[in-house]
Amino acid sequence: MSKNFVEFIIDGKKCMSEEGKYIIDAAKDNGVYIPTLCNIEGLKPKGACRICSVLVNGRPMTACTTPVTSGMEIENNIAQIEGIRKTIIEALFVEGNHFCPSCEKSGSCELQALAYKYKMLVPRFPFMFPIREVDASNPKLIKDHNRCILCKRCIRGIRDENDRSYFAFKKRGHEVEININHEMANKMTDRLARESMDICPVGALLIKESGFRTPIGQRKYDHLPIGSDIEK
Amino acid sequence: MNDPVINIIEKYNKDYTRLMDILIDVQDEAGCVNEDAVHKIADAIGISVVDVEQTLSFYHFFSSEPRGKYTVYLNNSAVAIMMGRDMIAGAFEQEAGCSFNSVTGDGLIGLFDTACIGMNDQEPAAIINNEIFPRLTTKKVRQIVKGMREGRPVEELRGNDFGDGANSHELVRSLVRNNIKRKGPVLEDGYKVGSVIREHLTNMSPREVIKTIKKSNIRGRGGAGFPTGMKWDFCRRAEGDQKYIFCNADEGEPGTFKDRVILTEAPGLIIEGMVIAAYAVGASEGLLYVRHEYKYLVKYLNKVMDEMRAGNLLGKNIAGIDGFDFDVRIQLGAGAYVCGEESALIESAEGKRGEPRDRPPFPVQKGYLEKPTVVNNVETLCLAVKILKNGAAWFRDQGTEDSTGTKILSVSGDCREAGVYEVTWGFTVNDVLKTVDAEQVQAVQVGGPSGALIGPDEFDRVLCYSDLSTGGSIMIFDENRDLLKDVVLNFMEFFIEESCGSCSTCRILPVLMKQKMEKILEGHGTEQDIKDIKEWARPLEHSRCGLGHTAANPILTSIKNLRNLYERKVKKDVEFDTGFDLHKAIREGSDAVGRIPIAH
Repeated sequence: MSKNFVEFIIDGKKCMSEEGKYIIDAAKDNGVYIPTLCNIEGLKPKGACRICSVLVNGRPMTACTTPVTSGMEIENNIAQIEGIRKTIIEALFVEGNHFCPSCEKSGSCELQALAYKYKMLVPRFPFMFPIREVDASNPKLIKDHNRCILCKRCIRGIRDENDRSYFAFKKRGHEVEININHEMANKMTDRLARESMDICPVGALLIKESGFRTPIGQRKYDHLPIGSDIEK
Repeated sequence: MNDPVINIIEKYNKDYTRLMDILIDVQDEAGCVNEDAVHKIADAIGISVVDVEQTLSFYHFFSSEPRGKYTVYLNNSAVAIMMGRDMIAGAFEQEAGCSFNSVTGDGLIGLFDTACIGMNDQEPAAIINNEIFPRLTTKKVRQIVKGMREGRPVEELRGNDFGDGANSHELVRSLVRNNIKRKGPVLEDGYKVGSVIREHLTNMSPREVIKTIKKSNIRGRGGAGFPTGMKWDFCRRAEGDQKYIFCNADEGEPGTFKDRVILTEAPGLIIEGMVIAAYAVGASEGLLYVRHEYKYLVKYLNKVMDEMRAGNLLGKNIAGIDGFDFDVRIQLGAGAYVCGEESALIESAEGKRGEPRDRPPFPVQKGYLEKPTVVNNVETLCLAVKILKNGAAWFRDQGTEDSTGTKILSVSGDCREAGVYEVTWGFTVNDVLKTVDAEQVQAVQVGGPSGALIGPDEFDRVLCYSDLSTGGSIMIFDENRDLLKDVVLNFMEFFIEESCGSCSTCRILPVLMKQKMEKILEGHGTEQDIKDIKEWARPLEHSRCGLGHTAANPILTSIKNLRNLYERKVKKDVEFDTGFDLHKAIREGSDAVGRIPIAH
């Protein structure tokens, strides 16, 4: 079956992609990096973090949920949008309790990597210092709500063979948290526990009894900044 | 089997999409949905317990713990507070012997705050075990709590001082008053339900119906103002073996109550509008999504629909139109403002958290159960009937160029004649104030918290889509009100409470803005804080839905239109203030050891 290709523009650059592909993926195919914290290849996008916001024909849209169409004009790397992204990253930092030096994910954390990319020194907002719990009741996984940015990757990506959820949102608004089905999670395989940790962009889901295997300084974003695999 | 929870689950065929109904019934039956019930529901439906809990924990009127044999939900929105809510709350606390958002030790009485319950014209008001108690006084509160202690049924506590019109119907029996102050095409007397279906629809093709609606230029009356004819046309053209008509009766914008009055006095007209929409787009099923606060109307609404079924206005071959089958069921909400957003409403109707969807696809392409779905406001559907009756030109001749026809306003606050007014678009705020007899007005909130707060120098502005667009909520504040504290802050708390929490922007920024606002109110603000607050609001327009887009409006519009209120509060002589108050910080410690702090 022949695929329908369309032309579109990102920041003045002519691009081409299959029609219907999400902007974020279409941009990637054309060597343009659009940052995100909630989107992950292979999962239905959810538009939760809002960091991939771009202007599509002048209107704010999330690149992870908007399919590309012919003639679309996308603004990505402009001051207004980059400013919004930095603001959101700072808001995520004050919303939780993120102490990078003591975090197992430091160096491979996408939130931290984006903070470096956007040269965040200190958030413009006052810290909320919420009192949040660490749930270590599961034999394989630790859930640290202090670090959770509520991206829903674990909800979408970690399912059992009957497509039932291990994870789901609980409550609403600024009280939202990830709720674990303990009965199911207690029987989780090592592989799925590892996948849960890997799918988490931050250090909110960690496997037990194994830490700091890769020394700090030798981790993914210690070598190259986030997005550099796309924008070469 | 005689397990009430299992019976309820089976009543809804173990259907995941009916999870809202299951939870509502279990909550009513058992007073809460406890862990045991959650497991039973999850097992029966075949889903994870966390998926039951995510719906359960999302809605205000669900609870996993008992909320008392008598559960009092007292409105705590701005106008309720203006009308004496705090005194009523104090009386409840004193009489019941527990504080708000808790249950008495014996489990008899639970006291809870709740957002605007659609009774702004008769506040202070509470919902107790699904019955409405409007116009509360401390004396009434004492009688009510005494009755609770005596174990009387809630109907007895309520009494029989029923309101006008259908409020006194045997299936409603509520104390609510309509307060209809001006009638127009929706609320006029003498219309015989079904006559447009029988006399007009039978002679029209679906295309002609859409053409007429388009010609009238009617736009959605819920507030967003999307052209109705275009919406119907999109849905008609969308591919789908099944299409749905949803009526959005989830009016949750604080200050609005017009849908309550329409549901009470013109329910047949609403259903008739749904039938017409169904005919136009080719839908066979409809759903009337009613906010939980209006549960007291559901029996009555079902009776109205039964009568329409008996009269061949619902069901098979409606009005003899061969092959035109359409029926409607009621879906109750469970307390979530965001469900007024059409895609969140659809999610909720599917049994899930009321979380708005990403667009595209739009509901008219992929809506309820992934099928093309039209979601229309109550008022819009009623007006569609009258447009077919009187013609598009009749409608277009009323109102203004871009805002044709009439609009029902819900007016409350500091005025003598709070109630609903059916006016033509083009009415100015001054016209409203004169009509409702309001004096010494300091400011008016047009369109509810998501709208704008405006001051006297803008009272000549016009109610229409291109100037002051509104779903109809108008709240009036006189010169004695502390606008920033009692109105703006209250509305910010409302948005924080009602955010679904999915978008980072809407989940976090309003909380930070509210804290900044409190800093200003405590006398620690500077000019920079006003600038910051405006700057911090900017990412909100990158949120997914209207709630996020408008969540900063209470602050932004008050800074824009009533800046002097802020100027009066902020320090002029300093550029920066940490907001730290040493006295406040050490007060608890000082009190504990009995010392008087001398620090400055």
